[in-house]
Amino acid sequence: MIVAERKPFDEIKEMTKGFKKVLNVGCGGCTSICMAGGQREVGLLNEELKNAWAQEKASIQIDAFTIERQCNADFFKELDQIVKPYEAILSMACGAGVQFVADRYPNKPVFPALNTVFVGVDRDLGWFEENCRTCRECVLGETAGVCPLTRCAKSLFNGPCGGTSREGNCEVSKDTPCAWFEIYKRLKEQNRLENILKVKPAREWRNQTRGTLIQEAFKTRYAK
Amino acid sequence: MKSGSRLERTLEAGHFAFTGELGPPQGANVEAVRKKASYLKGIVDAVNITDNQTAVVRMSSWGAGLIAIQEGLEPNYQMVCRDRNRIAMQSDILGAYAHGIRNMLCLSGDHQQFGNHPLTKGVFDIDSIQLINMVKGMRDDKKFLNGDEIDGAPQIFIGAAANPFAEPFEWRVHRLAKKVSAGADFIQTQCIYDMNMFREWMKQANDMGLTEKVHILAGITPLKSGGMARYMAKNVSGIIIPDEIIERIVQAKKAAEEGIKICVEQIEELKEMKGVHGIHLMAIEWEHRVPEIAERAKLVPRPQV
Ligand code: SF4
Ligand code: SF4
Repeated sequence: MIVAERKPFDEIKEMTKGFKKVLNVGCGGCTSICMAGGQREVGLLNEELKNAWAQEKASIQIDAFTIERQCNADFFKELDQIVKPYEAILSMACGAGVQFVADRYPNKPVFPALNTVFVGVDRDLGWFEENCRTCRECVLGETAGVCPLTRCAKSLFNGPCGGTSREGNCEVSKDTPCAWFEIYKRLKEQNRLENILKVKPAREWRNQTRGTLIQEAFKTRYAK
Repeated sequence: MKSGSRLERTLEAGHFAFTGELGPPQGANVEAVRKKASYLKGIVDAVNITDNQTAVVRMSSWGAGLIAIQEGLEPNYQMVCRDRNRIAMQSDILGAYAHGIRNMLCLSGDHQQFGNHPLTKGVFDIDSIQLINMVKGMRDDKKFLNGDEIDGAPQIFIGAAANPFAEPFEWRVHRLAKKVSAGADFIQTQCIYDMNMFREWMKQANDMGLTEKVHILAGITPLKSGGMARYMAKNVSGIIIPDEIIERIVQAKKAAEEGIKICVEQIEELKEMKGVHGIHLMAIEWEHRVPEIAERAKLVPRPQV
């Protein structure tokens, strides 16, 4: 899942400054699941904004509308109907969703109400951890299901650096487990240490330009 | 000879090598480099020039290395993976070699979070083992990492670091083996305080036949005070200082003297250890005490090679 968190209130408030009519669009996908940008959070943010602007005697109308997902055009039909009178849009989707909205309404200022933080998992209620940097060439099969790119502070590919602590933590913080300590432990238990005994050559970074993916079955459909 | 550097000649001739360390200044203070160099000249076979150590911006290691050459010292050019991608690395290696640098030490580098620009973008395009391998390819195959021919290949004596004191301990000798197979000609270890642990690691390295393929220089850092010993033991990941050493320093009337005494004893012991081919003395901001340590540990005069 994409994990996001709300931007500081003052930053959001500043974005809405000067507009008379703003639409705050929530997303029912990932940001709703991580309790950052779903229907409930749209409501809460709008209350805060209204109160704050009311205190400054600014007249501003802020409405709410949440769609199922902001990253697929099929869910925009109703929004298309109502968006016209609004001077600006706040989006509570991840960065991908915000851009999708901005692409769809290129004449309107679109603002992100969230910071998109990572691709991760729920450790517990309200506790998330980053697990993948979408490198486009997954090595998890060799590394016992622990991503060295994401979870090693130096993205090393040939085993732990000299900074692993006695407790098996990373040199950057006593609270961060060393990815390679974990990889080593698991591979040893699985009797697969040979996976990391050979020199892993320099990687080719495939995510340095914007990605586009057309699935095989659709190649002819989108052929130019 | 791979590079013909003094360090290589010393080791290949079977002499016990002695290298030092010089940290460049936080600025273009040439005199500061010359001063540090003056303490080491004629005392060490080569001097490591650190590369923005602890991720604090300093004069570049190749830049300070050139001043070391002017001062009659042979630099061991350190390069970390934190700040450069493969294009910048290969280009710097060519430039450094063109100006007479013949030894290199390939490192991952301290994480940028520890330094004075903690939120910079760490590069880590390749890791230290891949860097070793890249330099070897440049030297032996005369090829860049992408396979293109090099017009004038750099003949570099390739160094790597090893830390026998970081978890997982039983992995550490395998990491050494990886560095050797990637192309390391010499190894400089993390500072040693726990002799038993080090001896165990050396035994593993000997048993695996690694010491026949690579020259291991044992890393030593003299402890200056009880405070420093305690701080390092507690806060620096990957350094182990046994309690009895900390006690010795803490109890001593003159801590610095005791630190040097311990250091000299360690060197004597390391000289006898199978597979250890030299000492790498990291006297951090204590360069002026190096001549005395070298004298007392009978590491001088250096052999002329
Ligand atoms: S290797 Fe890591 S970053 Fe790459 S796809 Fe797999 S989990 Fe994601
Ligand atoms: S301590 Fe472990 S996680 Fe941290 S940088 Fe080193 S190898 Fe990576």
